[in-house]
Formats: sequence, C-alpha cells, structure tokens
Amino acid sequence: MVLEFKPQGIYCPAGDFFIDPWHPVDRALITHGHADHAREGHNRYLATDIAAPVMRHRLGDITLDTVAYGEVREIGGARVSLHPAGHIPGSAQVRVEVGGEVWVVSGDYKTTPDRLCTPFEPVRCHSFITECTFGLPVFTWPSEADTAAEINAWWTANAAAGTYSLLGAYSLGKAQRLLSLLDPAVAPILTHGAVEATNAILRGQGIALPDTIHVTPELDPRAHPGALILAPPGALAGNWARRFRPASTGFASGWMRLRGVRRRRALDRGFVMSDHADWSGLNEAIKDTGAENIYPTHGYTDIFARWLNEEGYNAKPVPTEFTGETFEEDGA
Amino acid sequence: MKAFTDLYTAIDQTTKTTAKTKALAAYFDTAPDTDKLWTIALFSSRRPKRTITTTKLRVWAAERAGIPLWLFEESYPIVGDLAETIALTLPPNSRTHNASLTAWIETLRALDHADEDTRKATVLDAWDQMGAAERLVFNKLLTGGFRVGISRKLMTRALAQATGQDEAALAHRLMGDWTPETTTYHALIEAQDAAASLSRPYPFCLAYGLEQAPEALGEPSEWRAEWKWDGIRGQLILRGGEHFVWSRGEDLMTDRFPELARARDFLPDGTVIDGEIVAWDGAAPLPFNDLQKRIGRKTVPKKLLKDAPVILLAYDLLEEDGEDLRARPFADRRARLDTLLGTLPGTAPVHSSPLIPFKTWGNLAESRARARDNRAEGLMIKSAAGPYHAGRKKGDWWKWKLDPLTIDAVMIYAQQGHGRRANLFTDFTFAVRHGNDLVPFTKAYSGLTDAEFRQITAWVRKNTLQRFGPVRQVRPEHVFEIAFEGIHASPRHKSGVALRFPRMKRWRHDKPLDEANTLDDLNAILAQYG
Repeated sequence: MVLEFKPQGIYCPAGDFFIDPWHPVDRALITHGHADHAREGHNRYLATDIAAPVMRHRLGDITLDTVAYGEVREIGGARVSLHPAGHIPGSAQVRVEVGGEVWVVSGDYKTTPDRLCTPFEPVRCHSFITECTFGLPVFTWPSEADTAAEINAWWTANAAAGTYSLLGAYSLGKAQRLLSLLDPAVAPILTHGAVEATNAILRGQGIALPDTIHVTPELDPRAHPGALILAPPGALAGNWARRFRPASTGFASGWMRLRGVRRRRALDRGFVMSDHADWSGLNEAIKDTGAENIYPTHGYTDIFARWLNEEGYNAKPVPTEFTGETFEEDGA
Repeated sequence: MKAFTDLYTAIDQTTKTTAKTKALAAYFDTAPDTDKLWTIALFSSRRPKRTITTTKLRVWAAERAGIPLWLFEESYPIVGDLAETIALTLPPNSRTHNASLTAWIETLRALDHADEDTRKATVLDAWDQMGAAERLVFNKLLTGGFRVGISRKLMTRALAQATGQDEAALAHRLMGDWTPETTTYHALIEAQDAAASLSRPYPFCLAYGLEQAPEALGEPSEWRAEWKWDGIRGQLILRGGEHFVWSRGEDLMTDRFPELARARDFLPDGTVIDGEIVAWDGAAPLPFNDLQKRIGRKTVPKKLLKDAPVILLAYDLLEEDGEDLRARPFADRRARLDTLLGTLPGTAPVHSSPLIPFKTWGNLAESRARARDNRAEGLMIKSAAGPYHAGRKKGDWWKWKLDPLTIDAVMIYAQQGHGRRANLFTDFTFAVRHGNDLVPFTKAYSGLTDAEFRQITAWVRKNTLQRFGPVRQVRPEHVFEIAFEGIHASPRHKSGVALRFPRMKRWRHDKPLDEANTLDDLNAILAQYG
C-alpha cells in the first residue's frame, strides 16, 4: 500500500512520513493550518509556502520545509507533491506516487472558487482519500454571491436600525473569505484579536483584505455605529461581545444549512457558506480524480461510502479515530 | 403563499419574542381574511387533514432528487425534520407561482379523494414551483406540525395587537373545535355573537412550579391548597341540554369518557367545571397507568369501562347559570362549587376535589409529604383572591410537587434527537444491573444541559458498539441518575415496569458501572410506590 491508516494518522511506508497526524511523529506533511490538521509536537513539517506563515504563527518555532504547489519532492521511495485544495489560502491536497501507483489525500477542500484561495485542482490518482464533512445530499450550497448579498443586506438593515452586526466565523479562512465579500461602504468592520492576528499574517503575504479595526479594550463602540464585528464563534456568546448592544448575531458555516443547528445556537441569522465541498462538489471531485478506490474520512463516512459503492467505486470508510463526524469544527 | 413564507422565515430568523410578535401582527394587518384564518388555525394546532402519507412523500422526494431511498432515510435523522429534509434534498425549482396559502391548502384538501397518480403529480408539480423556504412551509402543511417557536399565546397577542381586541377575550374566541372549514375569519374574530358556540371551553388557567419554600407566598390564610392529581385536566361543559368534555390540549373528549354524560342528571344547565379526569376505584384515584389505557381510544370497550371507570375531580367553577365566574375570587368560586356538588350522591360522576386545610406552611408541608399515599403527585396552592386567568400567569396558582423518585442507571443505547436537537445524541435507553446482565427499563430525553449533550454525543460517536438503524448500542460505562414521578408494573416492558415522566437528573461521573442500581432495587421501588 502506498498509504496506510495507522493510529497516528495516514502513513506512507515508502517515504516514512505521516499526513496530518494527530500524535507526534518524526515527519509530518500538513495539508493546512487548521488546528485539527496542523498539530504540535512533530520533529519536521512540510507544507505549502502559502500555508507556512500561519502555521509558524500557530505552532511557534517549528522545523518547517515548504514547497510551491506542484513542486515535486522525493522523500525516500515516494514522489510527493502538494496541489491546491481551495479550502483556505495555502491549503493542499497531497499527491503521493510510489512505483507508478498514485494516491491522493484531499485534506479539506472545496471545488468552487473564492477570492483568496488558489482554486481547487483535480488530481488524477488510483486511490483517493477524501474528506466528506458534508457528504449528504441535503448539503448543497447557494452561490457565494447570493450568500454575500444576504449578509450585506442583513448588515445594511442592522446599520440603518442602529444595531451592530455580530458575525461569527472561524478566525483562519472563513473570516478572511467573508472580509473579501463584505461591502465596506456600509459601515466600519471591526475584528476580534484572533481574526485580526490572522488578517495581519495574510496581509503580510500580499493577500488584499479591506480595512479593519481591531477591537481593543480602549475601543469605544459608540464611535462605530452600525459596525459589523467579525469574531470567532466562541466570542459571540461571551462577555467580549457584550459591549456591542443592541446587536443582531449571525454565523456563516455550512452547518447553517440545517435549521436545527441554527436554532440550537440561538442565533438571529445563519448564513450558508462553507469552505468544504457540498454534496455535488464531493461527487464531482471524486469523479474527476478517475480513482477506483475511495476512502472517505471526516464526516458521514459510512453513509458516503455506501453511496459510492452503489455508484460503482470501491469505497471503504477510513477506520480509527478518523471517524470524526465532528460537528461545527474548525473551518466548516 | 409568499407572504406566509416570509412570515415563517422572519419568525424563524429571530429568537426575540417581540420581533416575532411584530412580524405576526404585521402579517395579520395585511393578509387576506382566508389566509389569516388558516394562519390562526395552523398556529393553534389545527392543521389541515393529512392527505398524503409521509412514506409516499419520502419515496417521491428521493425519486425526484435522484437518490436511493436509503440515502434519504439516512439523511433524515441528521436533519431532524422530515419537511426540511425533503426541502433540502430536492433539486432547484424550475418555475414560480403566485398562489395564496389558502389556495395551496385547498389544492391539498382536494387530494383527499384523488388517486395516487394525481396526488404524486400535484405534489411534484408544487415542489417544482417553490424555492427552498417555501417548500419547507409547504411540506409542513403536508406533514403537519407547525412548531416554529410561535406559542398560541404569542399568536393571540399579535392578533390582539392587529385587531385592537382584548387578548383574553380573543383567547376565549379561539377555543373550541372550529376549523377553517367550519367558520370564517369574520365569525371567529369579529362577529358580535361570538358566544354562538355552545361547546366552546374557556382557556385553561395554568400554574407555575413552586421553586422556593411556600413561606415566600406570605400569609397562609390568603391561600388555599388541594391535591395535585395525576390525571387528565378536563373542562366539563353543560349547556343547551348537552354536555362537552375538553382536554387542556383542546381535544373534545366527550365520547371517550361516556361516564361523564350522567353529569346532566345531577347538575343544572349553564354549568362549566374545571377538574381532573381520573380513573376511580370508588374511593380514590387509580394509578395513571389505568387511565392511560383509555387515552387515544375513541370508543371504550365495556371491560375498560368496568376496570377503569372515570370521574371528574372538580376543583373550580367557571360558569354558573350561564354566568362567567372567572373574574370572581377563587374562594368565592370554590364555595359555589362546594354548594353545587355538596348534595350529590357518591354515585355521581363529579366529585369535589377536597380543599386541604392548613394553618401554617409547616402544616401544608406535612400534607405534601403524604401526597403519594393519597394517590396525588403533590399539592396545588391557589390564591384565595385570585381570578381564573386565561393561560399561564405567574402569581396566583402554584404547583408544589413531590420530589421525584430516582434510580441510578446505565446508558446502553443512544439515538439522535430531532429539530433543535438534531445531530446531537439526546434520546437514551437506560438499564439496571441484573447479575451480569443489563436490563433496559426506560428511555429518557431531557434533563442534561446543551454542553452535557455535546459531551455525551462526542462520547457516543467514539464508543458505538453496534448500530441498529438510527439506534446505537454504546459501551455500558456511564451512569445517570434517572428521576421519575411514578412507577407501575407493565407486562409490555422487558423489565416489567414502566416509569412516569422519566428524565436524566444528573450525570453521575462519580459512579462506576458496578454501583448502578439493580433490577431488585427497581422492584423494591415498584413494591413501595407502584
């Protein structure tokens, strides 16, 4: 096998490395900087050059080697290259070739373009290990433009009513994607420290984002009437957000497709916007790889594998701790 | 249907009651009368008759979406709502429409006598004309159940705002067995002679649970106490030579409790009594389980009538000689009730629920401790001076229930919840130990915090031993304290017992599996309280 599933994560025996391992290993290939993929404690890291600054910011002083998209590395007996996954800036799929057999690990991905990421590229392979966070037919995304218009309309109406707009989004990826879609003409955009720190790093890499105002303890909310405040979801419910009153709360995520999830979070508005592929995106991506063997991971793996088998693939859900089915996780 | 869908969406998009009321009032201001009438009906649990089975809807939706039925069925528990699952699964619509809410409901009603091909064609055609939000509303009409965070009270308040009518008077008008087929908006809401309906019940006065010591209520002499019975709250109406029995959920139950027909032999016309329907052994109420056998049966077999005859334990008089007494003080209403019932023989199907005398709150606490011996689940405490409120209003009526019975049990199965709790494991089956076995004895769904549900959900996902459809067998590891209000023998259950109102009181992180209670413990509780 080119790749194996070990307790620490996906392992390549020919190159003696792991991909996104969750326990400390010697050599780790990292698809992107979200916490459930880029973990602490590995001896050596390899990631894309675009992903590197955020990883250094999050993981501190690590031994990190970088490659450009498409650049080939020989690691032991394996030819390895990273390819755009379209999930967040710098996110990658990992292509591993050993003796002519090609496996691809998708990492997290979305197939539709946004304004910040290098667009997803299908990579031909024999075996495809694919995430399937939203691998059910109920998950289909509206167009980015439609959701952006919905968010801007909500913000505009709030601003006109003298209400703040508190918008929850993960600080790496979703927050910047939203920034690129917000209409700065409505009112000022304020940011939580966690969002602003990531903004600073991406701006430093030359990624253009609209002007934002960092919410510091000294900031007077009254000086920014009608502002939209971008913060990690956890901050919306706490003391931090209380200085902005009255406020309407919103959250942008693929999970907002489900009313139950929206209602449980007691939000005023849920906006459907995901950095993961939807049902049709997953199915197209899988088809475009030309792979016969599909290993669904991260999501409704059993259901998705059964569907793929009926569609004529040879699909096996990835066993072990991969059975995330994790809900509302980083970057969804 | 666009305006109604916008209303539904607006209500769904906010958690603030004021915003919901405002959206509803604005809708009532502008919608046509026929749509208003249906809206009132839908938000007071009067949904149109279901003309298509949900099984068919699932099959058609899966077919239209081009996915196998099993995949649709797997998606349903994750979404947690059938109407929504269908709306999310269907491909985008190709057309639009301008038909009203009433027009769509008429279309659906016309399907009652149509053949299956026509039904299917009509539904598929409807889906193809609607966007996702509208489809959800339409599917809710098809599947019934319009729970969208609009209580009837809130709807009534919005209607009062829009019409300028008194809220309590409107609440009364909306009671009873009307449907949009049998009345008009004008007759229901605007007509002067709204009392036309002989059978119309009064809105039930509801109590709050007492959360502090009763001393906080002040002077004991200003309060009255009664047993809190474990039966079915009911309103008995004697008007125009007829009698009607209503449940609190506004089900007309007259035929289910034929014993109460004899009330006409004992009580004058123009009488309305509030009380508790209980199964009666001649001297005291039988356990709720006996009454349960009669619930849901439209007609009652002779054997049940003999084994579990019912009476009404009366505790309030709402109407006397056709006069509405609700504004009078409870003490006055209660005195009139006792006068009315005082002379009746024991064979009458209406008995007075006795007042429990007490001088001090300490006296009352002693009575409460004896509630189970009296087949009651606690006490009701009512302000002597209080009127009979329409609905739930804090201050005059309190329920002071007994502390629940409890047992420590092991979680063995888990299932995902619905609606707001979709995608969380919230429905659990619990077992007691019996030798080396675990004997399931109850399910419970409530009592944990959202944070605890999230925690147990993560655990369930990692500790699933086996799946049976949506049900997962989990590693028997976690012990929960299960609280319940009553227990009785039940041959239908493997454990031989059934519990009343079981819920999770506490997650006993401190208790290992071998300290959970046993089947013998459970049987001991049954012997004592069953």
